[in-house]
Amino acid sequence: MEKAVRKYWPIFLLPTAAAFSVGFLYPFIQGLYLSFCSFITIDRATFNGLENYKYVLTDTSFLHSFWFTALFTVIVTVLINVGAFALALALTSKIKASNMFRTIFFMPNLIGGIVLGYIWQILLNGALSILEKPLLALDETYGFIGLLILMCWQQIGYMMIIYIAGLQSIPDDYIEAAKIDGATEGQILWKIKIPNVMPSITICMFLSLTNGFKLFDQNLALTGGEPAHASEMLALNIYNTFYGRSGPQWKGYGQAKAVLFCIMVIAISMLQLKATKSKEVQQ
Amino acid sequence: MKEKQSMKSKILFVVLLIISLAWIYPVFMILINAFKQDRYISTSTVFQLLNAETFGGWTNFIDALNSKGFAQSFGCSLLITISSVALILVCCSMCAWYITRVNSFVSKLFYFLFVFSMVVPFQMLMFTLASTADKLGLNKPYNICIIYLGFGAGLAVFMFCGFMKSIPLEIEEAAMIDGCNPIQTFFMVVIPILKPTLISVGILETMWVWNDYLLPYLVLDRKKYMTIPILIQYFQGSYGKVEMGPMMACILMTVLPIIIVYLFCQKYIIKGVIAGAVKG
Repeated sequence: MEKAVRKYWPIFLLPTAAAFSVGFLYPFIQGLYLSFCSFITIDRATFNGLENYKYVLTDTSFLHSFWFTALFTVIVTVLINVGAFALALALTSKIKASNMFRTIFFMPNLIGGIVLGYIWQILLNGALSILEKPLLALDETYGFIGLLILMCWQQIGYMMIIYIAGLQSIPDDYIEAAKIDGATEGQILWKIKIPNVMPSITICMFLSLTNGFKLFDQNLALTGGEPAHASEMLALNIYNTFYGRSGPQWKGYGQAKAVLFCIMVIAISMLQLKATKSKEVQQ
Repeated sequence: MKEKQSMKSKILFVVLLIISLAWIYPVFMILINAFKQDRYISTSTVFQLLNAETFGGWTNFIDALNSKGFAQSFGCSLLITISSVALILVCCSMCAWYITRVNSFVSKLFYFLFVFSMVVPFQMLMFTLASTADKLGLNKPYNICIIYLGFGAGLAVFMFCGFMKSIPLEIEEAAMIDGCNPIQTFFMVVIPILKPTLISVGILETMWVWNDYLLPYLVLDRKKYMTIPILIQYFQGSYGKVEMGPMMACILMTVLPIIIVYLFCQKYIIKGVIAGAVKG
C-alpha cells in the first residue's frame, strides 16, 4: 500500500509543500539572511555582517520593550492560571447552571485581538476619565494594567476550559476514597486534584507564556505603544522598527530583532517540550 | 452539614454570577452605545444607559453600512476565511495522510519542518513574506488563501498526523484490495473517519484567519481591500475626529455574528479548543 500512495505524491504532498515553501520556508530563510544585511527592498540588500545585531543589543527601546514584555508575561501567566484554575474548580463543584457560566467565560476568546483592544480602550478610558486619571495612551503604568486586564479577560476562559477537562478526567473514586479516609477539602485539592491535573497546568502555563510573549494585536489596539513607545512590547517594537521609520538601516535592525525574538520564542517552546516529556515519564 | 453545603454553593453561585456579569459587560456597553446618537457618545459618558433623549435608533448602523465600507470588509473577511479554511482542510489532511503512510526521508523532513513552523513567530518573516506574496501576485482576497495554507499548514498537519496514527491500517488496506486507488481510498474511507478532527481543525483555523490582523494588513493590497480587523484599526488610528457612533455599530456587527455562531456550535468549538491545546 505504501508504494501505491507514494506514487501519488504530486496530488497528496505537493500542494501543501509548495504553499509551505512560499508561505514559510523561503521567507524564513530569506529573513535569516537579511538580518545580516542593510536593505530597503529585498532586491537591493548589502551584506554588513553583525552590524545589525551590534546595534540591536545596545538599542534602549528594544531593551525596554524586552523588560516590559518579560514582566508582563510573568504577571499575566500567574494571574490567568490562578484565575482559570479557581473558576474551573468552582464550575466542577456541581453548581447550578455551570454550562451557562462556562459559555460566558469562554466567549471573549472568539473576538479578535484588535476588536478586543478597541472595546477595552473605550471602556478603560471611560473609567479613567471618570476617576480623573490620565488616559491609557498617556501613562505607561495604566497602559500596563490595562493590558493585564484585557489579557485576563480574554484568556482566563480558554485556560479554564482546559482545566475543566483535566479536572473531569480525575476518577471520582480517588476523591471518594480520600473523603472516606477523612481528608479535608484543602487536602483533596492539594494532594489529589492538583497533582492529577499537572499535565493541564503545564500546557496552560506555556500557552499563556507564549501568548503573552508574542502579544501584538491587543498591544497595538489598546495603547499603540504610547506614550512615546513606553508601553511597546517586543512584537510591536519590531513592527515599528520595520514600518515606523525610514532610512536604509532600520529594516535590517528590525529583521535582526525579529531573529532574536524568534530565538527567544523557540527557547520557551523547547523548555515546554522538556517539561511535558519529563511529566510523561513520571506517569 | 448538608445545610452548610448548600449555603456555600449558593454563595459561590452568586459570586460566579457577578463575575460573569462583569465578563459580559464590555459587549453590553458596545450594544448600548451603538444605539446612542453619535453626539452623545464621549469618553466619559460611555457608561450611561440609553434614554429617550440619547436614543438614535438604527442611524449608526445605516451610517456604518453606507459610508464606512463595512459591507465590503465583511465580504472580504468572509471570502478569505472560507477559502483559506477550506483549502487548509483539504490540502493538509491529504498531506498528513501521505506523511503518516509513506515512511520516507521526505515525509520525515516535512513533518519536522511543519512542527518547527508552529513555533516561529510571525514577526520573523512578516517583511519577507509580504514581499514574496507581492512578487507572486498573491495579494488579492481570492488568492491570499495560498499564503494562509503555507503559513497555517504547521498546526493543521500536526493535528491531522496525531489523529491518523491511531487509524488502523487494515481499513485502508481492505479498500485498496477491493480496487480503490489512493485518491478514492482517501476521500471515501479516510475522510469519514477523520470528520471529528476536521471539525476541530476547521474551528481553530477559522478563529485564527477571521481575527488575523497583521498578515492581511501586510500582504493584501491595502488601498483596495480591507478585512474587518484592518477596518477597525484604520478607524481608530486615523487622525481627526473619530465618529464614535458608527464605530460602535461596526464593532457590534463584527462581534454579534461570532457570538451567535458560538452559541449554536459551542460544543464543537470547545472540543476543538481542547484538542488543539492538548496536541499543541
